[in-house]
Amino acid sequence: MSAITTSLVGTPAPWKLPYRGRVGMACLIIAESAIFTIFVVAYLFYIGKSLTGPTPREVLETPIFYTICLLSSSLTIHFAGKFLERGKRGPFLSLWLLTIVLGGLFMYGTGREWHRLIYEHGLTISTNLFGTTYYSLVGLHAFHVTAGLVMLSIVLFFGLAGRVGPEQSARVDVLSLYWHFVDAVWVVVFTVVYIVGR
Amino acid sequence: MTKKDKTEWRTVAARVTGILVILTGVLLAARMCVASPLGDHPIPNIFDPRSTPADALNQHSHFVLAITGLIFVVVFTLLAYAILKFRQTTANADREPAQVYGSTQIELAWTIIPILIVVVLFLAVARVIHAVQDAPKPATAVEVTAIGHQFWWEFRYPGLGLVTANELHVPVSDPAHPTPTFLKLLSADTDHSFWIPQLAGKTDLIPNRVNETWIDPHETGLFLGQCAQYCGTQHAKMLLRVYVDNPEEFAAWVSAQRQPANQNEKEAVGRHVFETTACLNCHAVGGTNGTGRFGPDLTHLMSRHTLASGAAENTPENLRLWIENPDAIKPGSLMPAMKLSDADLDALVRYLETLR
Amino acid sequence: MSSDVMAIQSADAAGRSWTEVLHEWVTTVDHKRLGILYILYALIFLVIGGVEAIVIRIQLMHPHNDFVSPQVFNRMFTMHGTTMIFFVAMPIMFGFANYLVPLMIGARDMAFPRLNAFSFWLTALGGCLLYFSFVGGSGLYGAGNAPDVGWWAYAPLASRAFSPGHSSDYWTIALLVSGFGSIGTAINIIATILCMRCPGMQLSRMPLLAWLNLVMSGMVLIVITPLSAAQIMLLVDRYLGGHFFDTQAGGSASLWMHFFWIFGHPEVYVLIIPCFAFMSEIIPVFSRKPIFGYPVMVGATVCIGFVSMSVWAHHMFTIGMNSYANSFFAITTMAVGVPTGIKIFNWLGTMWGGRIQFKTPMLFCVGFLFQFLIAGLTGIMLSSAPFDWQLSGSYFVVAHFHYVIVGGILFALFAAFYYWYPKMTGRMLNEGLGKLHFWLFLIGFHLTFDLMHIPGLLGMPRRIYTYEPGRGWETLNLLVTIGAFVQGIATLVFVANLVISYFKGAKAGNDPWDAWTLEWSTSSPPPAYNFASTPTVASRRPLWDLKHPEDPDSRYE
Repeated sequence: MSAITTSLVGTPAPWKLPYRGRVGMACLIIAESAIFTIFVVAYLFYIGKSLTGPTPREVLETPIFYTICLLSSSLTIHFAGKFLERGKRGPFLSLWLLTIVLGGLFMYGTGREWHRLIYEHGLTISTNLFGTTYYSLVGLHAFHVTAGLVMLSIVLFFGLAGRVGPEQSARVDVLSLYWHFVDAVWVVVFTVVYIVGR
Repeated sequence: MTKKDKTEWRTVAARVTGILVILTGVLLAARMCVASPLGDHPIPNIFDPRSTPADALNQHSHFVLAITGLIFVVVFTLLAYAILKFRQTTANADREPAQVYGSTQIELAWTIIPILIVVVLFLAVARVIHAVQDAPKPATAVEVTAIGHQFWWEFRYPGLGLVTANELHVPVSDPAHPTPTFLKLLSADTDHSFWIPQLAGKTDLIPNRVNETWIDPHETGLFLGQCAQYCGTQHAKMLLRVYVDNPEEFAAWVSAQRQPANQNEKEAVGRHVFETTACLNCHAVGGTNGTGRFGPDLTHLMSRHTLASGAAENTPENLRLWIENPDAIKPGSLMPAMKLSDADLDALVRYLETLR
Repeated sequence: MSSDVMAIQSADAAGRSWTEVLHEWVTTVDHKRLGILYILYALIFLVIGGVEAIVIRIQLMHPHNDFVSPQVFNRMFTMHGTTMIFFVAMPIMFGFANYLVPLMIGARDMAFPRLNAFSFWLTALGGCLLYFSFVGGSGLYGAGNAPDVGWWAYAPLASRAFSPGHSSDYWTIALLVSGFGSIGTAINIIATILCMRCPGMQLSRMPLLAWLNLVMSGMVLIVITPLSAAQIMLLVDRYLGGHFFDTQAGGSASLWMHFFWIFGHPEVYVLIIPCFAFMSEIIPVFSRKPIFGYPVMVGATVCIGFVSMSVWAHHMFTIGMNSYANSFFAITTMAVGVPTGIKIFNWLGTMWGGRIQFKTPMLFCVGFLFQFLIAGLTGIMLSSAPFDWQLSGSYFVVAHFHYVIVGGILFALFAAFYYWYPKMTGRMLNEGLGKLHFWLFLIGFHLTFDLMHIPGLLGMPRRIYTYEPGRGWETLNLLVTIGAFVQGIATLVFVANLVISYFKGAKAGNDPWDAWTLEWSTSSPPPAYNFASTPTVASRRPLWDLKHPEDPDSRYE
């Protein structure tokens, strides 16, 4: 799926343009970054402005383990892609599965945290400004992780059916670009919510 | 003249006609400025200021208009000239003109000159912004808290201990001993905007936010304005009347407003109706159980010239209609139709008519 | 590069049932067909939005008029604004971009044809959803119906407390859905331009229309998304009990304003930049000269794209920001006028020394130039915060932005229609009807929007369903309404021209205007595959090089 390469008479350099899948995904990432920026701005703006209810300091526990899970899934997906490029389908599939597991662990951790916040501390999206901004920002991110997991699972499914090979590595690369973006957003969200916001 | 020549002359003619239309309108408006007599200001014209901040904005606007007018004349002339001079004629129809791709010097010129204009404009703008927004409040200022509601204005004078609605009274300000009025702007519900063009630029009333503005009128009379930020169904009839009084008038008004409600025993029936129906949930009348703040304070209802924030003249007929069927005067306002019997309604109106 | 493309005869359409044709159009992924679908969709909503405007103007003809109730009036101006921005202007720009960009860069289609179709249908769904609110909006106590919160839906007016029922939800969800469609198309345009240009077409040789659509699409990515974010927040408030804009819980009404205008101001540049593109393609052809200062035009547009992201709070000069904030936004707003002015001067420079032909497209271009100049200058007036403290929220602002949108954007669109209709349909639009359309519309436009500035100067706020007599507003409003009717008639003339010329117009041939960009090298309408063989270019005006082999542009660039 490489760019059109045409040799022109009298022109030494071949005509090479970027791969459109990558450009498309880069554009999507830019757009999504803008959405997340607005939610982050709202979160930052409303720090300390809640009129009632639990404060971040009272109820938040820093999710170190689950963050490590998610961030290492960026590593695993990176190496999975490298293996696929070299045609090593076995290692590709194992690392791909590991990525999904790590992402799933992160989602599990988020679920556990939310359960604790709701049932032990009574913090819901309608409790106060902190609740509204917290669940919206973390929820938006979790939604993007979920969408990513769905797509990763589809690729896993096709991979297990033997249909994913080095010819698809550019496409797989585009998907892992999305996954890296999701992880990068988590770095920002984590900093804003668990470090700055407390 | 060829057909093409005719088209271009028509283009220019259209331009000129357009400008004449604008000029006519401007002259129409100007005629109205000249025509309005002193003491009565029916036309809220931003170019006819009668208060210090509005003066500052007016002068500044002349400066801006001069600059933009100059730019317009220059560019318009160049465009019109180009269209006429370089049009296709039978003489030049057969060959392509010189294919010029650009010119660095010209690009620099028409980049640098606009930047200079922007710098000059900005300096003027920043100066006026600071002068108006950061004006210090003198000790002699009258303080008013304006609270915007859907669809009426609440005015409280904390220093003078009085509350009124919809019609603001302020003292005229003598430049030698200024007595401006400084307003705190709050909102009880949605966004509103306080705009009396001849007295000041507009400032919004935003819930959960305290804004400030000031007026410094140097002429007495009635000045008109209205809410300038869409606030719901009856945004259009959230009108403003500002009475700039001379010092004696203002003092008289203040002392009248501070009196408790008129306790005329002849209208005890009406007062009873007011106190035992839902009226007092929303409306306050000094000296009764009515302490509601959702609707305007009615203690001195008859001191106002209009009802429903300017929607109707304050006459007994309109007052009766307003209580019986508010939608006839201001459909969508939050005043409910009170569903009183005719007897009760008449008594109530007679009672309210005593609240001077 | 050859011009021996064989057009697939549309005669093969004869003998196919209408259901087959409909199915083809509904399932198409061809950029040309999707472009036409976008444009037709926008034209339908243009008429609907125009009817809403006429209703508004009839109500305002006299003080204390009762043509419509205040509730209906408030729905009319909300729907008029929302429709015109999101379901007329955006789709029509995407329609032209869709049609022209691949042709102009020598490509066979857009980068993602199926995404293209998906984006169009998302936008179409959004429009239908918005208008379904008229019938489906009944909620609590029958409240609901079309949205009536203004096209900015300021908080807390749009919150549950002040907007019961579902009318605001229709506004929110319709725009959210069509917003995603817009993002999809923007991604497509960028990927197409960056990845699918024909050999030899370096970025510095791309037609300005491609460049400007590239900038526009980049802006769409980071400009529509803040609105989507704010709308998600509004839905959280309305449905999940959130407090983003709940002032009773400590929320901020001005936060909505910031988020909305961070979208709203660059959005109007998103709308005008494709119009600059039309001007930059049409004016050179009818002046018989290349565009003056191509690199500066690109640079100025990129500059506008960036600076326009920093001006948004000039819509909020009256909300009580401190004097430093007001000064900042005043200067950035004035600053964005510099590159914009440069573009006007470059178009002037293009015409200067040329041989101007006043065919209908050029008439609309001339109208654009004068009117955009005036609109820009009233914009400078509004950029001065103290002046704006009087002008904001009044009919002066309404006149200003209609001057840009109708006098600028719509005139440029009319020019684009007359210029590219032959390419899209193979037939010329009738010149006589075109000139009638131009003059009628010009008269109506100036009658309405020149005079509309004045009630604003005399204190008439906007979004009011009626007004008091004796303030000097009556005669002016009456004349403004008459001008609206004249524009309506002119638009009908235009629609008639579109329809009649489709069947009876003169055959256009490949290149009726003797133009220089790649779309004129193929047949009218182009075949499904655009070009028989992918062209190769050596300059910005490949057809000029072909027609003037003794003096090609490639020698000078």
